[in-house]
Amino acid sequence: MTDATTDSAMTAAPLAKVETPFQRFRAEFFESKIATVALGIFLIIVLLAILAPWITPQNPYDLAQVTIMDGRLPPGSEAFDGYTMWLGSDGAGRDLYSAILYGLRISLTVGLASGVIALLFGMAVGLIAAYAGGRIEVLIMRIVDLQLSFPASLVALMMVAALGKGVDKIILALVIAQWAYYARTVRATALVERGKEYVEAAQCLGISQSRIVFRHILPNCMAPLIVVGTVQTASAISLEATLSFLGVGLPQTEPSIGVLIANGFEYLLSGRYWISVFPGAALLLTVVSINLVGDHLRDVLNPRLKK
Amino acid sequence: MTVFIIRRMLQALLVVCLMSVIVFFGVNIVGDPIYMLVSPDADQADIEAAIARLGLDRPIWEQYVLFLKGAAQGDLGDSFIFGESALKLILHHMPATMELAFSALILAIVIGIPLGLYAGLYPDSRRSKGIMAASILGFSLPTFWVGLMLIMLFAVELRWVPATGRGDLGSFLGIQSSLLTPDGLSHIFLPALNLALLKISLAIRLTRAGVREAMGQDYVKYARAKGLSTRRIILVHVMKNIMIPVVTVMGLEFGSLIGFSVVTETIFAWPGMGKLLIDAILQLDRPVVVAYLMIIVLFFVLINLIVDIIYSILDPRVRLQDQGA
Amino acid sequence: MTAVLEISGLKTHFFTHAGVVKAVDGVDFTVSKGEVMGLVGESGSGKSITGFSILGLIDQPGRIVEGSIKFNGSEIANVSEEELKKLRGNRISMIFQDPMMTLNPVLRVDTQMIEAIRAHENVSKQTAWERSRDALGLVGIPSPEERLQAYPHQLSGGMRQRVAIATAFLNKPDLIIADEPTTALDVTIQAQIIHEAQKLTKQTGTAMIWITHDLAVVAGLADRISVMYAGRIVEQGGIDDVIDRPLHPYTVGRLGSVPTANRRGQRLFQIEGMTPNMLALPEGCAFGPRCQARKAACNAQPPIEDVEGRRLRCFNPQRVAEVTS
Repeated sequence: MTDATTDSAMTAAPLAKVETPFQRFRAEFFESKIATVALGIFLIIVLLAILAPWITPQNPYDLAQVTIMDGRLPPGSEAFDGYTMWLGSDGAGRDLYSAILYGLRISLTVGLASGVIALLFGMAVGLIAAYAGGRIEVLIMRIVDLQLSFPASLVALMMVAALGKGVDKIILALVIAQWAYYARTVRATALVERGKEYVEAAQCLGISQSRIVFRHILPNCMAPLIVVGTVQTASAISLEATLSFLGVGLPQTEPSIGVLIANGFEYLLSGRYWISVFPGAALLLTVVSINLVGDHLRDVLNPRLKK
Repeated sequence: MTVFIIRRMLQALLVVCLMSVIVFFGVNIVGDPIYMLVSPDADQADIEAAIARLGLDRPIWEQYVLFLKGAAQGDLGDSFIFGESALKLILHHMPATMELAFSALILAIVIGIPLGLYAGLYPDSRRSKGIMAASILGFSLPTFWVGLMLIMLFAVELRWVPATGRGDLGSFLGIQSSLLTPDGLSHIFLPALNLALLKISLAIRLTRAGVREAMGQDYVKYARAKGLSTRRIILVHVMKNIMIPVVTVMGLEFGSLIGFSVVTETIFAWPGMGKLLIDAILQLDRPVVVAYLMIIVLFFVLINLIVDIIYSILDPRVRLQDQGA
Repeated sequence: MTAVLEISGLKTHFFTHAGVVKAVDGVDFTVSKGEVMGLVGESGSGKSITGFSILGLIDQPGRIVEGSIKFNGSEIANVSEEELKKLRGNRISMIFQDPMMTLNPVLRVDTQMIEAIRAHENVSKQTAWERSRDALGLVGIPSPEERLQAYPHQLSGGMRQRVAIATAFLNKPDLIIADEPTTALDVTIQAQIIHEAQKLTKQTGTAMIWITHDLAVVAGLADRISVMYAGRIVEQGGIDDVIDRPLHPYTVGRLGSVPTANRRGQRLFQIEGMTPNMLALPEGCAFGPRCQARKAACNAQPPIEDVEGRRLRCFNPQRVAEVTS
């Protein structure tokens, strides 16, 4: 009993405008003012750190430029060479503004480098575990679980105690302290993905294992990895600062933020707060902004919270 | 239930043995072992005497066995600095650390869980957003920096509490603790707070996530359909469900509290195991480091075991599975 | 026959990011004492939302925007939460679809039944316990004392649903809303549960609204039936009337797509098209795009009218002879 008019009535509602997942992600991310501001702050900090040699009046690592006569001057004082020390100077005569920016370079480099290496290593291990399955997987995961039951700071401490001081050793220690988080995240996601039908379909089509892993599984692991990565990087930076503060981290000759804070510790109780507080504030801003971004990323990328 | 415990204990034992192997061989592979076990100031004659005494000229397997034998008897070497048994040294400093860790855990539970509950029940309120922002600050701020700030604010500026050190000890049922005296409490307040900060943030986030997930569950809707009061729904239905993950995580975190205490103890000059460790590392007092490692491993394994048992008690689905009900 | 429940013009809308979903858009029906009303429709038709609206269990972003719900003569739509709590589980009970999800897994059966009683009546735990035990016996559960001590996961699906039914009857309500109570169960258990429910309603004179997508279930159980589509009632009448001589093309289609022994070997009839997108309903009759009997008039929204002794929302009713033969 069809009518000519039924055909026109069969037309569906107009197609909604299609936007790519990335556009949607970007729109959702910037919905949060806090996260956007935090991202901005972090980028500014990175920029400042990169530009440090050009925007600071003093190179704090060049001992020729540092004189003890400039030591312990309060913020706003004039240095021996004539420039103003807006943030004051530390015990050895380093202009804090310069020292902080240079210190940021080191802290950021160490944090990011160890984060990236730990990510790559952990990702590889996690993928191997998820793919090999069986005994190998169980063995790897037991090791991961074992390491994860110890706090990262303790692991890093032990590594540093064993390996000694130096930038490369610190990075190694941080990598060893962190890789397990990445491995566990990747393995969990890879397992879920491996069980999904599109992988089975790809295997039926005869696509090689490595192609499946790289083209199909890996992109889906990206989201949780990014979230873990941001939080872990902040944690790494924080960890390095802690180790340096305790005196087992980076050496005095190339002070990171942690070293600066440690140096200022003894002056705290005598009222020369700026030597510790300003580097501390810089560290804070860096770590907190990364964490705010990472936290929001987690909410945006979490499929379970989506309506 | 007993089968479960025994199985877990055997696993724990295995882990401890494994760790002892790693620690022992690790210490001996990194550099010449003699320098691990002998004071850096020793001269050649002392070194040779030490080699003979410590049996370092014997094959490594024998050395490991000797190490195990010594460990079983409680001898893990003597500290260079203090000259006494490393193990005794650590055990002597343990109560101070335990105090600190327990206080921090209590603070985390008492402050973190109610705040997280509130944030979970009213996620869009201003206060909740404030609580969540504070929690992010809580776990981003490096512990040592917060400690410094706390000292500056409360001890130097306001002069409410002393800056460093442990207070007087009191006694109760044979246990000595600084928590039992007012002076002790005033000394422990800042370091406990400092140590607890991270855990408070964790507790807040955990509780909030748990509450949010629980509120969306069908059993909550069903409870409402039965006409139950909101109070009962939250306190009985929701809490019992979220307590399981919260308790397990907090329990495991207790271990990390002990580890983290290293930083807090250094800043506040708290005479615990952590400070001992740092001093030992800086002064190359290797026996103490090794002894600390072994104790910590034992601790963590024990804590894991206890948490597993508590988990199975709390979650009836797990508990009764073992019984094959 | 006194009307226990009178719904007129009920509209429950959800105000989401993507637009307004008019889940229930103008529903009227009445349920009398001792009567079973079957509310039938596919997923998204609004049948469950109607049930929740009665008890005021609609959460953000939805709310009852219009309409009246009269229970025993008093208006209960949009009354205060306090008033609603007095009714829920007491004068109006609800049975949910999946008992594994609706019973709290960490609480015992007796806890969950006793609290349903004590939320509305001040009796001792002992009394409440005895009433629970008796209720379990009434729904045909053997050894009720043991079952009371069990946890939900220790019971089978059918057993859990019996517990839910028993709980619904505990306070002798005037109306029970059963939301797809047998969907999650095996066919054989389904029949048993339906039988139990039927027996109990006859015994106690309780009115019941049985929500389901399965016409077969409702055919043997209900006295009257309301067929819902896209938030509106499209056909409503006595059960025999509607089942034997359906008028709305949707009802015809649903009945035609049920496999029966009498039509073995014949092709099953299928309704074309897909469930409607509630965010983009067509201007005219919501069933239009899928309707085989569509005419030009169907571009306008058909009103619900009295047709041949029932309520019908259609411009072109299908007088098909004896669909079930």
